[in-house]
Amino acid sequence: MNDTAVLRQPFVLRFATVGFIVFWTILAAFPLLWITLMSFKLPIDAFASDPLRVIFGFTTLRERGGLSVTALVLGAFALWLAYHGAEHHGRRFARYLALGGREWLGWLLAALVYVIALILGLFWILPAIVRVVEAILSHIPVLDYLARPMMGLTMQNYRAVWIGYRFYDNFINSMIVTTGTVVISLTVGTLAGYGLARTRSNVAFWLLIAALIFRALPHSVLVTGYLPVFIHSREFLAPLWNWHATAWFFHLFSDQPPTLYGQPLAVIMVLVSINQPFTIWMLRSFFMNIPAELDEAARVDGCSHLGAFRRVIMPVMWPGVITTGLFSFLLAYNDYLVCSLLLDAQSQTMVPAITSFFNRETTTTDQVQAVAAAVSITAPLFLLVIVFQKQIVSGLTQGAVKG
Amino acid sequence: MKPRIFLFFVGPSLFLMTLFIAVPLVSVFVQSFFVTHQVFHEVTTKSCSPGFMKQTCTESTRTEPVLGPDGVPKTETHFVGLGSYRSLLKPAAVKAAFSAAGNGIGDLLNIDFYRALRFTLTFTLVTLPLVIGFGMLTALALNNVTQAVRGPLIFTFLLPFIITPIIGALAMRWLFVGNGIMADALNGLLSQHFAILAHGWSLELLMLFFRVWYVAPFAFVIFYAGLQTVDRDVMESAIVDGASRVERLRYVIIPHLAPLITFVALIHLMDAYRVFEEIIGFSSQAHRISLQWLTYDLLVPDSSGNRAISRASASSMLTLIGIVILLIPLLRRAWREHLGRG
Repeated sequence: MNDTAVLRQPFVLRFATVGFIVFWTILAAFPLLWITLMSFKLPIDAFASDPLRVIFGFTTLRERGGLSVTALVLGAFALWLAYHGAEHHGRRFARYLALGGREWLGWLLAALVYVIALILGLFWILPAIVRVVEAILSHIPVLDYLARPMMGLTMQNYRAVWIGYRFYDNFINSMIVTTGTVVISLTVGTLAGYGLARTRSNVAFWLLIAALIFRALPHSVLVTGYLPVFIHSREFLAPLWNWHATAWFFHLFSDQPPTLYGQPLAVIMVLVSINQPFTIWMLRSFFMNIPAELDEAARVDGCSHLGAFRRVIMPVMWPGVITTGLFSFLLAYNDYLVCSLLLDAQSQTMVPAITSFFNRETTTTDQVQAVAAAVSITAPLFLLVIVFQKQIVSGLTQGAVKG
Repeated sequence: MKPRIFLFFVGPSLFLMTLFIAVPLVSVFVQSFFVTHQVFHEVTTKSCSPGFMKQTCTESTRTEPVLGPDGVPKTETHFVGLGSYRSLLKPAAVKAAFSAAGNGIGDLLNIDFYRALRFTLTFTLVTLPLVIGFGMLTALALNNVTQAVRGPLIFTFLLPFIITPIIGALAMRWLFVGNGIMADALNGLLSQHFAILAHGWSLELLMLFFRVWYVAPFAFVIFYAGLQTVDRDVMESAIVDGASRVERLRYVIIPHLAPLITFVALIHLMDAYRVFEEIIGFSSQAHRISLQWLTYDLLVPDSSGNRAISRASASSMLTLIGIVILLIPLLRRAWREHLGRG
């Protein structure tokens, strides 16, 4: 469109737009930013009523040391670099690592390399650079002020949470549950999504409607159904272990029927199923975008349905699969209700485990530790949004635009 | 695609959904009419101690769980009909509340179920227009700034929606907790001490605010994507015809986004009706509870380690009624479209 007088925005409108955007940005980021700041401070600074004390942590600085302006500037630059690198070169890097055209492998390797590089960079390389720069600056008369610590920072809350309270156990449990959920959900979901996208039968319609209803179910309703069975699963499953036709098969796994309560594998299956309605809707709409002529051509050339699916459709489906996988990941990672009711204390994931921190919240030390645990849970999600922002946006809009 | 091949593709998913969604649903329905509890019997023991002239004997009666042959406490299940529903809905108490001596609505809201229902419905209906409104505002505002800053802004706007809801609620709570930064700012503003987390109404407002903060990014992303597909020709002809900015918004943009608004509204209704994480995050159970939290609370073992499965099932079934009402319009639309296509 031409830049005519009609299109030029009145000053009031531009001012209101910018004002609203600034307001909303602060609103969206402030709570998270603030608890991140709090988590690095001693309790007395974290819950101070003077905001400057929370930001600069005067007591923390005096007792535990802190960061200088140089360190902050270099740190901010490193973070910008990490964000920029992921946003602009992530895709190319993933393509580069996609050995043998397997794009999922590329993404997985790229994510792995990125996380390792980030950890190495932030905890080893960056501190080394900062130390060198600070050492140089401290010999220059006026600039030495930049090398002096001015913002208090302590890792003691994180140390207490991760080492003292063995939060890494919960982290490992979370990883087991989320990885399992994503892998199984995608395997089962892509098959179903493809089947549903390539059929015109009435059954498919009813299946999709049923999935829609299932998606709306509160999870507590389903857990009410699982709990009695999971707790007494030994009795419920006994016939499978005793009946001679199936016994040999189940005895391969264990001598006795397992108690499903507290089993990560059982929770994985539950989360996969709860997530299935959403997964098949989303993957179906991705498959609908791939022209049916493509698999027809493959079928004419002598591929079976499964062969066409594997050789022709899957290679062009990776964006859709990655997007759906992200949402499966978020569901499993963020889940509180299912994990807290079906897992016991030993196999608990991170999100339910945090309740033990804030229920204990009697002193401010406990509170700051709970804050540190909360920030620890958020950090991986933060990375996820940085790397996969485009996929998340496309995934969210996919369902809406299609119907 | 032949039915056999279709079944091969859809089979695993269908199996999982049947086993883990459909079957539990039926079993919850059945469970809600039965109560299972341990079998106890009274054991009378007579203990005597030697005494002068006569033994002193005391008889004591205790109730003990009956043990089965394998040493596990025996349980029995019996049919209670609508008993579990009655213990949740408390019809007698409702009648008393609305009788001459009763306190009407005030008394009704003292019963957990109605308290939860009231909060859930208020929560769902109040947040709906706010989420759509703020989502639309942010989308329009972002659509109005230069391309270069949009990427980082989308990233920031999206954050509340991606992080774990409970963590978001906790972050909000730590700002408003007794010595949190916002609580202090608020006290300074009011020049008196006001504990926002200790009053039911202020806590409820905070929970509504949190939900809008958390879901508005979802509405924003959908609307923003919709704005990118507004037909330029229509827009240009509107400009040529002299439509003002407001008129263009009213007659071109909003109608274009109408299906997306319906979509966001439906998803939001479904999700807000399931409100649960806020109750945990803000620890609001003393003041405000929701329907899903009610079921959750019945499932958590009580002090003697028992779970009220039967009442939880009844509460689940009652929650489902609301979902069905919400879904009816959606299903009717889908059915009509299906008929139109076929």
